[in-house]
Amino acid sequence: MNRISAVKVGATLPERAYTATNVSLFLYNAAIWNGHRIHYDARYTTEVEKHPEIVIDGPLQGDWLSQCVLDWLGEDGDLVSFEYANRRAAYLGETLTATGSVTAVDAAAGTVTIELGIRNEAGQIIAPGAATVRFR
Amino acid sequence: MSGLIDAAARAWIGRSQPPVTVEVSRRDIQKYAVATEQRQARYLNGDEAPPMFLFGLLRPVAPLDQLGPDGIAQDSFLPELPLKRIMAGGTKLTYHRPIRPGDILVATRTLADIQEKQGGTGPLIFLTYQLRVETQDGELVVEETATRIVR
Repeated sequence: MNRISAVKVGATLPERAYTATNVSLFLYNAAIWNGHRIHYDARYTTEVEKHPEIVIDGPLQGDWLSQCVLDWLGEDGDLVSFEYANRRAAYLGETLTATGSVTAVDAAAGTVTIELGIRNEAGQIIAPGAATVRFR
Repeated sequence: MSGLIDAAARAWIGRSQPPVTVEVSRRDIQKYAVATEQRQARYLNGDEAPPMFLFGLLRPVAPLDQLGPDGIAQDSFLPELPLKRIMAGGTKLTYHRPIRPGDILVATRTLADIQEKQGGTGPLIFLTYQLRVETQDGELVVEETATRIVR
């Protein structure tokens, strides 16, 4: 159980590593109804769109950032706002890690602001983000 | 300003697409939750949609003959511009209430702004879209502000 009184600026949220597979990317793109071949057709991806490998969807990385917040928050509060941007591509075979840290606590409003980032294996933040949650 | 956005393009500011109505099913939430590797039971059971579920929910279900050789349907809600390469920018979502199975949602997308900026490698045009998602009764569910960058 999280209490806002125990949340400190600078605290880090639990990280989680994701290694997408051909199957997980196929199922994700089926679930969001996205037929873009760069997510399942390796030959097309490299020969036509000139990527080195099958591309991991940007919005999937956004989802992983939202999980970082909600798995930490659990049922102790609600997501108020969430933002992210994809700055650099990631490819099948890469392990991406969802990270977050607390940047502000407003005890009176019951809100906590969190900085988020998808980190690749080279240590680059390829999808920065931010979220605000409100504790119940 | 070097004038990349002419009067005809500027006239698009404030235009909305026809509202899209979608029905949320538990099974669609469950599929999304599994594919995105969710851990919480409320998502895996389909009792509540993860926050990014909305992204897929609002994607068009176009006939196969309307898909390009890349496999995607043209989504051309933008004016004629002198730059052609479109990239996704950032997105910011504000959540007012969770999405649950059985919800019938009405989504309206508006082109809110067009701005020209000078990038490191040349001019860029930023298109700002506002999405408003409500229930059929008019209860606000989610608002989104998304950016497309044209270069």
